[in-house]
Amino acid sequence: MKQGNTKISIRDYQFFYGEKQALFDINLDIRANEILSVLGPANSGITTLLRSLNRLCDLIPKVRMQGDILVDGESIYAPHVVVTELRRRLGMVFDVPSPLPMTIFDNIAFGPRLHGKKNRQRLADTVEQSLRMAALWEDVKDRLHMPAMSLSGGQQQRLCIARVLALQPEVILLDRPCSGLDPISTSKIEDSLQLLKKRFTIVIAPHNVQQATRISDSAAFMLMGRLIEVGVGDDLFANPRDKRTSDYITGRYG
Amino acid sequence: MMRKFREKLPGRIFFLLALSSISVLALITVFIVVQGAPIIARVGVIDFVFGMSWAPSQGEYGIFPMIVGSLSVTLGAVVLGVPIGICCSIFLAEFAPVRLRNLFRPAIQLLAGIPSVVYGLWGLIFIVPFIRNYMGGPGLSILAGSVVLAIMILPTVISISEVSILALPPAYKEGALALGMTHWQAIRSVQLPAAKSGIVAAVILGIGRAIGETMAVIMLLGNAVALPSSILDPIRTLTTNIGIEMGYATGEHREALFATGIVLFVVIMILNSTAQTIVKRKKDQ
Ligand SMILES: Nc1ncnc2c1ncn2[C@@H]1O[C@H](COP(=O)(O)OP(=O)(O)OP(=O)(O)O)[C@@H](O)[C@H]1O
Ligand SMILES: [Mg+2]
Repeated sequence: MKQGNTKISIRDYQFFYGEKQALFDINLDIRANEILSVLGPANSGITTLLRSLNRLCDLIPKVRMQGDILVDGESIYAPHVVVTELRRRLGMVFDVPSPLPMTIFDNIAFGPRLHGKKNRQRLADTVEQSLRMAALWEDVKDRLHMPAMSLSGGQQQRLCIARVLALQPEVILLDRPCSGLDPISTSKIEDSLQLLKKRFTIVIAPHNVQQATRISDSAAFMLMGRLIEVGVGDDLFANPRDKRTSDYITGRYG
Repeated sequence: MMRKFREKLPGRIFFLLALSSISVLALITVFIVVQGAPIIARVGVIDFVFGMSWAPSQGEYGIFPMIVGSLSVTLGAVVLGVPIGICCSIFLAEFAPVRLRNLFRPAIQLLAGIPSVVYGLWGLIFIVPFIRNYMGGPGLSILAGSVVLAIMILPTVISISEVSILALPPAYKEGALALGMTHWQAIRSVQLPAAKSGIVAAVILGIGRAIGETMAVIMLLGNAVALPSSILDPIRTLTTNIGIEMGYATGEHREALFATGIVLFVVIMILNSTAQTIVKRKKDQ
């Protein structure tokens, strides 16, 4: 798919945790093969939005949603959609690196095995490719069979990215993936995102405004569950239309 | 000077408290060893542990049938109780709606609080006749003891396993689900392996409770001192041997019962350290 086509389309989306509404009337188109940053102050609903895209939010008791989310023009709530398959297509990386309690190799081979890939050689190939794409191969190629917990925080996070890549997703959702990481690990991850967007659509909740300006092709600003504005390229940062956006960007919301 | 003393005071107090509980343990151990060791020395370790005949009036002290008894009844309880307990804990931690869980938890705790003599009575009235009528034998048997012990270890197994599943970082489950696993796949291939050390601890404690139980099994096992040929045969365990005979034993006989206690101690220690090495080895993988 070429850049420019709409990959995900969010229509009049509302989300409720019990009585509490967390998202209000979200309308947003996300184009294929670009990096979209969604930023905003704490409790803006960004995590809720990202987790709605792969229906991870469904699992919390008593939640309710309205409106629709389309991926490739098809509703993710359509009755024939298999949720586990949807989650494979829209891979997610969390803010806290969360390697599974097993070896580096198994962490990455886990998903493909689950989805039916059993051939040893091909699994090994997938693991290597995924690690290379996540810029982790050089670090770990000699210790693939060590526990994943023995990696540093930055390496663990790149492992989590590799784990998602091994599933051959279409979209990668990253929720503050660099929040606990040092600048060097952060820039490694940012670099690999630039390579990855050639093949995937990326939606990221960035660590801060600086990170957003470094990496995004477009950016969306959210505040208290509402989407305030969306800008292509540097637009949102260079010429914010809404005063609340410019306040946030110039650091008035912290 | 005063300040330094104050900073160190809490540490010292806790050290003293810890020391006192350890010394009580040491005292008990020493007491049992002092009382029981002489007769083991006289009879000989091999003859005492592997001897087949227990006849204190004739000076024969062989406790092998009771070691077999303790191990077989405990094994039976584990085989029956542990899978059920682990399944219950998975249900409570992962599937049960909050209201059901709030109903189950106190019920299970209540189960832990029932005195063992009541379990014994219940087994005597329901399990023993059932086995006698439908499966044969005297009813008082390894099987009867195992069934009741299995129920008795359930609360321990369930609550400790449940806690160790609930204590897992939510990231494991979310990560697994985000990879496209179903809930059950996430439980089986991520959460249970991650909670393994806690679950093994639960099983160890369950084993400890089963092997140390005395009152309920006195009532259910038939207490014959002989090697069993099937799970429907009666048997005597190390604990019941002490419990039954201590009331009237004197002299050498009494010493032999303390010696039985030493063997029980050793058996429990062997089981515990085996289980612990298993956990360690699995963790290092
Ligand atoms: N499981 C939940 N149950 C109830 N309310 C929730 C839940 N998760 C989030 N919320 C509420 O929904 C709102 C949006 O939360 P969300 O985590 O989506 O925001 P966020 O922008 O990701 O915040 P942060 O910057 O802290 O990551 C918050 O007010 C939060 O309190
Ligand atoms: Mg968040």
